Amino acid sequence: MHRLTHLERLEAESIHIMREVVAEARKPVMLYSVGKDSAVMLHLAKKAFYPAPPPFPLLHVDTTWKFRDMYDLREKAASDAGMDLLVWHNSEAQSRGINPFDHGSVHTDMWKTEGLKQALDHYGFDAAFGGARRDEEKSRAKERIFSFRSNAHGWDPKNQRPELWNLYNAKMAKGESIRVFPLSNWTELDIWQYIMAESIEIVPLYFAARRPTYIHDGGLFMADDLDRLEKVMGRRPEITERSIRFRTLGCFPLTGAVESEAATLAEVVQEMLLATTSERQGRVIDQDDGGAGMEKKKQEGYF
Amino acid sequence: MADSSSPTYQADRLIAEDIEAYLEQHQNKSMLRFITCGSVDDGKSTLIGRLLYDSKMIFEDQLDALEADSKRIGTQGQEIDFALLVDGLAAEREQGITIDVAYRFFATEKRKFIVADTPGHEQYTRNMATGASTADLAVILVDARKGVLVQTRRHSYIAHLLGIRHIVLAVNKMDLVNYDPAIFEGIVAEYQTFAATIGIENFTAIPLSGFKGDNVASAPSANTPWYSGPSLIEHLENADLSNERAQAGAFRMPVQWVNRPDLDFRGFCGLITSGTVRPGDAVRVVPSGKTSTIKSIVTSGGDLDEAVAGQSVTVTLADEVDCSRGDVIAAADDPPQSSDQFEATVVWMNDEALKPGRGYWLKLASQTVSASVREPKYEINVNTLDHLAAKTLELNAIGVVELQTDRPITFEAYAESRALGGFILIDKITHATVAAGMLHFSLRRAQNVHWQALDVTREDHAALKNQRPAVLWFTGLSGAGKSTIANIVARKLHRMNRHTFLLDGDNVRHGLNKDLGFTEADRIENIRRVGEVARLMADAGLIVVTAFISPFRAERQLVRQMLPPGEFIEVHIDTPLSVAEARDVKGLYKKARQGQLKNFTGIDSPYEAPESPEIRIDTTSMTPEDAAEHIVRHVIGGW
Repeated sequence: MHRLTHLERLEAESIHIMREVVAEARKPVMLYSVGKDSAVMLHLAKKAFYPAPPPFPLLHVDTTWKFRDMYDLREKAASDAGMDLLVWHNSEAQSRGINPFDHGSVHTDMWKTEGLKQALDHYGFDAAFGGARRDEEKSRAKERIFSFRSNAHGWDPKNQRPELWNLYNAKMAKGESIRVFPLSNWTELDIWQYIMAESIEIVPLYFAARRPTYIHDGGLFMADDLDRLEKVMGRRPEITERSIRFRTLGCFPLTGAVESEAATLAEVVQEMLLATTSERQGRVIDQDDGGAGMEKKKQEGYF
Repeated sequence: MADSSSPTYQADRLIAEDIEAYLEQHQNKSMLRFITCGSVDDGKSTLIGRLLYDSKMIFEDQLDALEADSKRIGTQGQEIDFALLVDGLAAEREQGITIDVAYRFFATEKRKFIVADTPGHEQYTRNMATGASTADLAVILVDARKGVLVQTRRHSYIAHLLGIRHIVLAVNKMDLVNYDPAIFEGIVAEYQTFAATIGIENFTAIPLSGFKGDNVASAPSANTPWYSGPSLIEHLENADLSNERAQAGAFRMPVQWVNRPDLDFRGFCGLITSGTVRPGDAVRVVPSGKTSTIKSIVTSGGDLDEAVAGQSVTVTLADEVDCSRGDVIAAADDPPQSSDQFEATVVWMNDEALKPGRGYWLKLASQTVSASVREPKYEINVNTLDHLAAKTLELNAIGVVELQTDRPITFEAYAESRALGGFILIDKITHATVAAGMLHFSLRRAQNVHWQALDVTREDHAALKNQRPAVLWFTGLSGAGKSTIANIVARKLHRMNRHTFLLDGDNVRHGLNKDLGFTEADRIENIRRVGEVARLMADAGLIVVTAFISPFRAERQLVRQMLPPGEFIEVHIDTPLSVAEARDVKGLYKKARQGQLKNFTGIDSPYEAPESPEIRIDTTSMTPEDAAEHIVRHVIGGW
């Protein structure tokens, strides 16, 4: 008997999900955030449709505030996969100069939540793959693999379809769309193990290195673009070089770094397993509105 | 707290000292999906919280939040309330209940586990069936103080119905009965008697305390020296897996997608549901029956020598055979059957009850077809397991039904294969998943009635009459003017040498449909029959005019789908209810208002107006003669 490992079974499930969407949706797209989960999702898509390239484009809903390393890998990953890369900037956020310092959670709302809706409407995508996992956050434990959104992209927890076996109902009326989460059943450890087993390229910021850092509101951040920071903050933050890495990646002024010496995948996993705080804690977004922050954002259309 | 430091889960030392060795070990874990059934009172959330906690799936920040929450809204006084770890949505947290299926993850050194957590209150059936559908094992919780309850039977029945082979009877809260072995054994004996009656042949009973941790990680706990079985974790780590068992079966792979990047490559993609496949294996494409051999199993890392049940693969065949999404590639000498009529058990999952006769989408593996469900043979009372007579199935009802698909589907009995025997039903209008079903067997009728090919085709009939067949489907409220206008239309067409036939609602009810009443189910069957007759007449080359209230969109859609594109012309005779009621030609509205007529459209039964009919007639602004002229011009003008 050929015993399948948990990674092989997770891989088979994710590939099955992607193929169902491609077979049933009119115009799918893969949301690509350049993080490690996106990297795994893209890798699975390549496997699912090999030897053809994945039959959908990548979409990056950009805020213009990502780390430079992320922009570099974004271009490379899309071209390696032979896929079109679509980048969306919310022009309203851009013209109003919405930024993470002056506008706090409005920044996320305008650039990401509104930006995503605009991009999906603009291109007419009816299915969007996202890299969210159920283990990330409490309210996600109940999220379906196929998550239905109304015309206005709203998510109604009471109006989701039951998912039995591996039978996904992708029927939609005009204007409705689905978010599909092929990594629903993966945990953070699974993601890391798969990255190791499959040698998947990820942004170097996940590994510790000496980088320029500053302290802001009690958090440790990396000065990825000092001139721009200065312009927005109105002062030049005090820079100290530290050995840091990131457990999760987003906008550089909003993504807290951790001091670390973990420079290899094995060391990163080791650090994660011995860690005493959960993954998303580095992101400011969950702490809005107490524990219900993510859930509220989801109802408003945030991924 | 009892031993939460069992070596089974606490791998801290290895992680810290030799991470490479740890990772090596963890690359080779297997995966088990299981479901926990019980109510909040049984301590289910507490037990799951404990599994997560003991396996280090909880971080310090979560633990801090948990401690704070426990004091604020917990039910365990000053102690940690593990249940709070697994409650998710804000509204549910406030109500103190879980209302859906939540999936939790934890791992030991041997296995990764996915736990489906479903509630134990009244809305349980739909959620539990969902959680059980992907589970290999069910943990059925019983409160040691209360023993086997009605809900214990219900959970066991649903778990067994959904094909779960491993049942664990977790007798929880043993700490509250002083770990008394007599209490444990009494509960086990009672459960054994019951389990045998529903076909559960064996189960594993474990005395537990989720709160204190006894027999969760290791066994026996110091408090239960009399117990000689495995701990819950040990049992979960050793239960056999259905995907491994499936490898022994015949090869089957439902085709999800055909990969054609260029003219030289044609790969068939799918998840292998049973058996093993190797290059050179003889296979048969079902339902066409064409045979070929496997040429290669293609992956980005090079071709494989073998693939097994549970893997998503791409295979190529040695011959150019027709094969597309919905087909099943199977072992040539042992293929699955096809049929279009079945008996099945159905779990109803929607607020809108089953409408016998209505067409639903049926999805089974990668096949999607139209299916109609007959009136249930019986409903099963999940508490008593009695069979009840039923006309329909409401939300959370389970019943045995016969169903018919519009074309044959490839299947196996659910007991043999979850993948080829489990299906969902989808409402054609709302697209909601309304039911889940498990096929029992094919009704023999389908295998013996074959479609007879006719020498004189529908095209021949139409050509002889020098016209294009059509069905002019009039719909509207009683008294809207359907029959009046339809008669004029038929007369005008007849004068123009067109071959027509008018099917009128009242007339049909005197003959063909005199056995039908006016319940929703009967009205659906009424329209289905008229649709079939209209189709036969259109096949014979006629222009058919029908005048029926036909209040439901789904049935009109069903008739539309029976006919070739363009032949179904929906004519909405649009008259406001107040106008139709004021006319009241047959005095029916008066009777309905007085309660003498039940299920009267517009009064106590809904009318679903067409959203985009081919023709809409506003009778408040048009005479019947003008309306008929308009319709005739639409029909003739198009030719």
